[in-house]
Order: sequence, then structure tokens, then C-alpha cells
Amino acid sequence: MGGYILRRCLIALPSLLGISAVLFTVLALAPGDPFEELATNPNVPPEVRMALRVQFGLDDPVWERYVRWLASMLKGDWGYSFVSRINVDELILQRLPTTIVVIGLSQLLAIAVAIPVGVLAAVKPYSWFDRIASTVAFVGFSLPTFFTGVLFILLFSITLGWLPFVYRSDISSTGWQFLWDHFKQSIMPITVLGLFQAASMMRYVRSAVLDVIRLDYVTTARSKGLSERVVVLRHVVRNAMIPVVTLVALQMPTVFGGAIVTEQIFRIPGIGSLLIDAILRNDTPVIMAVTFVFSGLVIFFNLVADVLYGWLDPRISYR
Amino acid sequence: MNETQLRALVEEVRRGALPRRRFIEQLVGLGLTAPMASMILMHEGVAQTPTPLPYLGTKRGGGGTLRLMYWQAPVHLNPHFASGTKDQDSCRIFYEPLGGWDAEGNLIPVLASEVPTRANGGLSADGRNVTWKLKRGVKWHDGRDFTADDVIFTWQYAGDPASAMLSVNIYRDVKVVKVDSHTVRIEFGKPTPFWAEPFVGTWGLILPKHVFEPFAGAKSRENPANLKPVGTGPYRLLDFKPGDMLRAEANPTYHVPNQPFFDALDLKGGGDATSAARSVLQTGEFDLAWNLSVEDVILRQLEAAGRGRVHFFEGSDLEFVALNPTDPWKEVDGERASAKSRHPAFGERAVREAMSLLIDRKSISEAIYGRGAIASANFLNNPVRFRSTNLKYEFNIEKANQVLEAAGWKRGPDGIRAKGGSKLKFVFQTSVSGPRQKCQAIIKDACGKAGIDLELKSVVAAVYFGGDFANPDTYQKFWVDMQMYTTTMTQPDPQTFMEQFTSWELSQKENKWARRNITRWQNADYDATHKAAQAEIDPVKRAALFIRMNDLLVGDQHVVPLFSRPRPYGVGAKLRPVLSAWDNTTWALGYWTRES
Repeated sequence: MGGYILRRCLIALPSLLGISAVLFTVLALAPGDPFEELATNPNVPPEVRMALRVQFGLDDPVWERYVRWLASMLKGDWGYSFVSRINVDELILQRLPTTIVVIGLSQLLAIAVAIPVGVLAAVKPYSWFDRIASTVAFVGFSLPTFFTGVLFILLFSITLGWLPFVYRSDISSTGWQFLWDHFKQSIMPITVLGLFQAASMMRYVRSAVLDVIRLDYVTTARSKGLSERVVVLRHVVRNAMIPVVTLVALQMPTVFGGAIVTEQIFRIPGIGSLLIDAILRNDTPVIMAVTFVFSGLVIFFNLVADVLYGWLDPRISYR
Repeated sequence: MNETQLRALVEEVRRGALPRRRFIEQLVGLGLTAPMASMILMHEGVAQTPTPLPYLGTKRGGGGTLRLMYWQAPVHLNPHFASGTKDQDSCRIFYEPLGGWDAEGNLIPVLASEVPTRANGGLSADGRNVTWKLKRGVKWHDGRDFTADDVIFTWQYAGDPASAMLSVNIYRDVKVVKVDSHTVRIEFGKPTPFWAEPFVGTWGLILPKHVFEPFAGAKSRENPANLKPVGTGPYRLLDFKPGDMLRAEANPTYHVPNQPFFDALDLKGGGDATSAARSVLQTGEFDLAWNLSVEDVILRQLEAAGRGRVHFFEGSDLEFVALNPTDPWKEVDGERASAKSRHPAFGERAVREAMSLLIDRKSISEAIYGRGAIASANFLNNPVRFRSTNLKYEFNIEKANQVLEAAGWKRGPDGIRAKGGSKLKFVFQTSVSGPRQKCQAIIKDACGKAGIDLELKSVVAAVYFGGDFANPDTYQKFWVDMQMYTTTMTQPDPQTFMEQFTSWELSQKENKWARRNITRWQNADYDATHKAAQAEIDPVKRAALFIRMNDLLVGDQHVVPLFSRPRPYGVGAKLRPVLSAWDNTTWALGYWTRES
């Protein structure tokens, strides 16, 4: 098992390298310049702008810049933001916890909704419950998060006035009040993201359970006189979970993508909104670092999925 | 208006026949800035009546938390490297200059004990030196005393090109001398008509020597104070998360008695302008929202909730159309739109005049921008409450047709006018933006009625304003017949702003299109007038020179001003801020109060 994980990590290295090379080239080819703002500022003589470009090495050939970036990255130096001149790792560390909390909670919410609903819908296919659940799910994954997010704000913040729609990372209250304030401001972003995930996940759970529930061993279990509850929970769901785990892991990139949009709408200071700001300002070191963190997370979750297979299905072995 | 008329006006103010405010408004109407007008009066010895800024508070603290919403978040807090207004405004919460500009363009002392004048010996007669007396008893947030050494250090720090500060232009060529512990003298080395630029306003914030000295020059990036400011301002920093928010508390040792009114200050950044407007106007979660570039129709809907109102800052952003004086479709010496070439149609005055007549500024500003635009005939432009008498704008399709007909541009079988092989078919470009495309369509429609065919082109803003010299679609290249964008005056003095039409600023191949004369309009008379203004120390003569430059430029009609664009700010119904269009939003934060 340890050897397997090590091997997988080694395999991940060339993919990370490839990702970074492609990203760097694309960013270098894209239009724009981090000193755009300076170009329109008459206070700043063009010489200062040119000097900054030279200082930041923007006039060197792309491959030279890439090699330099890679070399310092290997030494653990992530570089610094062109715009704010702050070290990139500092910026990311400040924001990563928020993103992980929001994405983590929304994934938990998605699982908590999708699995029971999906299983119930599959146990009684084409019942009223199934039809309603499937329709709602269909609507759910057809509506993008930037739409539902704004809809939620209009309903809960503006019309009803129940929830704040500006996320504040530092709440001055303490104790229970602190938790309550955090809860209140997190409900909308987490629900928006979680329900969007839950919708597609529920469809997968339903079809996975449907596949399993018709198998002979389930009939055997039933004929042994086991209660329906035990049959479904112990025999059906566990085996149906394998494709679902893959889905959850493989959908992580989509979740991060959705989080970028949600973070922007609710002003959550996560790495998604950091990425958007960096892209808008052509802040290459930050864009590189954030996308790098994203790709690292995606590879990591793939590995997690593979390891979970073994736990769910002992027939799968790691060699 | 010429020099003699200006002098007569100054005399009227001196006698008391013309109110000071009215004089400033008139000069502003002529396209000058309020700070410039007020400096004319100061120079002429018409004393500035010391009108204190209104402050409704009676004691320090007790006002609760002041909440500001910026839809672009500040990313760092070094005032001399603050590139956007979001960063500049945030820095101003903590740092202060020697003086700031109020809404009427008066110079208000902040860290200075008085404004330098000829009468108090602050200004030398030859315009080469200014002596500032500093306020005593001012303390930095860490308890150290503020002295002349800090001012000297700020000059050294910002003026050092190795620090790569954006204010380098202001400090590089001056010399600052310490007279005593609380007096400094700025030596300009040449007669300098607009002396209130170093240490005044946005680029004048004073830095503490003891905090910044170890990180001067090339090490400026590593300074922890770039994120943790130590200033003299009314609030001191508690917590700052770049790109997200900052939190501050009242400074208990602030040098203005009974200020600030609020106990704490929160500034939240990020998101989009519309929801920022909502957070103030509709839900009241925040007290003030910055620069709400949202369609006026939407702002009006949000205002209907009654929680707040929108204030329009009449600044100096100007939207204009440039008619290319050079030929963008032919290469001369291997360069398109070479300054040596001449545009086949716009080279002719009648065509430019017709174009100006075909642009319906009033409808465009009213129908598309609402309160967010004020139609204008001036380039050097500020609120047009008192319109310049020199220039007018007109929308008249009939007249445009007559002008073109008289100049020999006859309609062809396709309805498009032509003369001697060249047709009135133009490519008109701007950046991608809803209102701009609507604006293009309105102009195209009117031109169609006069036999001029416009092909509309819109370029993504990142490319258009991107400054990439390898890209043919940037506004700096201007490789089309007409283009439209907004130009912004960032300083109270118009000298740098007006330099963008001098021949030495031509944006062309040899300087990789990095210079500022993007329109490539050239005029020997304009050049000479600008040179004269650079050296003219008599502010009245100088003002007259700027008015002349404006008239030369707009009179030649290669540049068609559309409207000035005041910046909308959302202000909560109970907040009583002290704002100014000539300085940062937060320039007088200590004076802000809220009604209970």
C-alpha cells in the first residue's frame, strides 16, 4: 500500500510538470501585462514601467522565464505577486483554509443529500418520490451556481433580509455569537455549491444502486429473510458506492471551478477569488501558483479515490 | 477667456464683488481644476478664508463601526506604490500628507501647521522654493514623534528609482532641505508654478523614517510595513488580508482633538459593483460603497429602497472620440498610421466638422449613462455647471450634410459620400462594454443619415488597454480611423494631462507605442503653448495658456469630447462623510460622522 502511494506520487510529478509548462506558455501568449495600470497613469514615466518589466524579467524569452520559475519553485520559492509584491505562498496560505472549509462543507452537504435521496429513489424506481427527486435534480444541475447564487441573495438577503450576502473573514464577536455569525454567512454559499453537486451526484447514486439492486446476491439476501433495511444498507449501498466514490473524486475540479464563481459572488476570500483577481490583473506568479495548487489538489483527490476503492472492495489490490 | 479677463476676475474676488466659490466654479467651467483656481487666488494674495471642515462629532469614539465597501479589494498598503484608487484610499486611512484638497479645491493643512503663502514667507518670490511648517505634537501609531526627518526621508525614499515607487516623477527632481525639527524647504531648482504636489494629496503621504529606512531602495518589497502601516492617521490597523479586507480601530493619540468619531473601521473588498451598490442602498449592511460603475437605471431602482443615495463625484474622467489624423491603412517607412502620413478624409476639416455634428452627446449621455455622464465640449474638463464660453457642441444631421456637400463629398450610388477616389467609410473601435457598444450604434446611425458608413469594431478591454506592443488592436497603436475611450486626469494640475497632445509624446514605432500622444495630433502652436506653461510661474498667465491649449485641441476637431464621467458613490442615509473630488475618498476620514 505504501509503495503504491509512493509510486502514484512519482507518476504525478510528470503530470504536474506538464500542467505547469502548458499553463506558463498559455499565460505568456495571452494578451495583457501586469503593468497595464501604469501604462495609463501619466504620473509614471514609461522608463519606470520598462525598468519594472526588466526587473520582473518580463522581457526575457518564455522558456527562460519558465526555467527560472521552475527552478525557484523546486527550491520552495513561489515568487511574489507582481501587483501587491507579497510572497505568493503567504497569499495562498491566508486563503486556502477558507476555500477548504467552504468546499469541504458543501461536499459533505452534497453527500448527505445525494446518497439518501439517490438510494430511496433507486429502491422504488419510477415512484412519485423518484420522479420528483429526479426532476429537482435535473433542474439543480442545469442551473449554474452564478445564477442560483444571485437568486439566493435576492430571496434571502434582499426580499426577506434574513442572511448577509457579504462574507466577512474576521467577525469581531466571540463565543457562540461568533459561530452563529459564521454559520449565517456561510449558509448561502455552501448551500448553492452543495446542492449543485448533490443534484448530479444523486443521479449517479440512483443509477449505481439500480445496477446493483437487480443482482442475484441481493435476491439471495432477501430470500434469506434479511430485512429490507439491512439488504439495502449492508449489501446494496456498499457495493454501489464504488462508482460514486470515483465520481466524487473526479468531480473535485468541477467543484473548485464552481467555488471560484461562488467565492466571487459572496466575496469569500478563498483561493478562487484570488485566482480571478490575479487573472484580471495579469499577475502571472499568482495565477501559476493557484492553478498549481488546484492541479495538486485534483491529483491528490484522484489518489484518495483509488485508495478508497481498496477499502470498499477488497478484491482490488494495489500492486 | 484671456489673461486680462482672468486678472479682472481675480480683482473682483479681492474686492469682494465676486464670491471666491463662484470664481473657482468659473475656472472649473473653463476646464481648469479647482486646486489650480484656488492656487491662483493664493498667488495673487487673495487669502484663503480658513473655512474649517464641518465636524459634527463632539468626542473621540462612540460612533460604532464605519463600514466601507470596495468592489475591488486593496492588495497592499504602501502609499507610494498604490496603483489603483482602492489602494490609495486604503492607505489614506492610515497615512496623511502635509495638506489635502477639499471639495472646492482649497488646500487644507493636515500635517502642516499652516498653508505656505507669500505673506507668511512660505513661498519664495521666484517660485523656486516652498517652506512648510509642520504641526507639532503629532505622533506615529507606534508612539514616536513626527518630525521633519520623516518628510525628508519620504522624499529620499520615493524619489529613489531603485525603490520603484509610482510617485518617483514627483520627488526625483526636487530637493528637500531640513530647516529645523519642524520646518522643511522644498527646492524645485526651477520656477515651479504648481508647487503643491510633493507632500500634498494622494502622492504626498508621509512615511515614518524609523519604519521604512531599513527597507529603502531595492529592498522596498520586503518591508513588512507594506502590509502593516504605521502612520499618523485617525485610524490604526488591526488586521489586513490583501485582496479581501482590512480592519482598523480609532487612533487614541490622533492629533486632531475629538476625532475620530467612529470606534472602528471595516473595509471589505471584492465582488462586483452591482452587489456593492445593493449592500449600501438596499440592505444597508455597509455605510459607503466606492465607485459604483453600474447603469444609472439600476442605481435608481436600488435607491428606491431608501437606505441610501448615490453621490456623484464630478472628477475629470472624459470619454472622447479621436479622429485619426494619420493614415492607418497605408505604411509609411514601414509603419502604419505613421506620424508622417495624413488621413485621406479626416485630413479635411469639413469631414471632422461633420463628424462632430453627427455625435449626439446629449442623447448618448442621457439615454445610456443617465446621471453618470455630463455632455461636454471641453477636453480639459471638469464639472460643466458653468460651461466654457469658448466652445459649444451641436448635434445637427442637416448641417453635417450641408458641410459635406459644400466640401465636395457627393453621395455615390450606394449612398456613401466620396470624393476623388476616397470614400467616407471608417472603422470605429472601442473596448467591449455594453454602454460603449450602444454609444457606437447611435453614432453609426446618425452617420448613416449623412452618407458616412461606419464599421464598428470592439476589442476586449484586456487587449485594447493591454499595451502589448506586438498586438495590432491596442488603443496605443490606433490602427483604425476612429476610436473612443476614457482618459483620466490623476493630478490636480493639468500640465501632465495636457502633455498627451504634444509632439514629443507621439506614440509610435520608435518608442514601442509607449508614449502618451495616442491620437497623434500635432500642432506647433500647442507645443509652444505647453512649453510656455511649463515655465510660466504667474498662475493667471498659466491658466490662460491651458485654456488656449484646450481651445486649440478641441477647435481642430480631431478630438471630439463626448462627456465627463462623474464617479458614483453609494452613501448610506445616515452617514455624513466629508468628500472631495480633488483628493482620495478617505482624505478627511477623521471628519466623518453618522447620525444616530
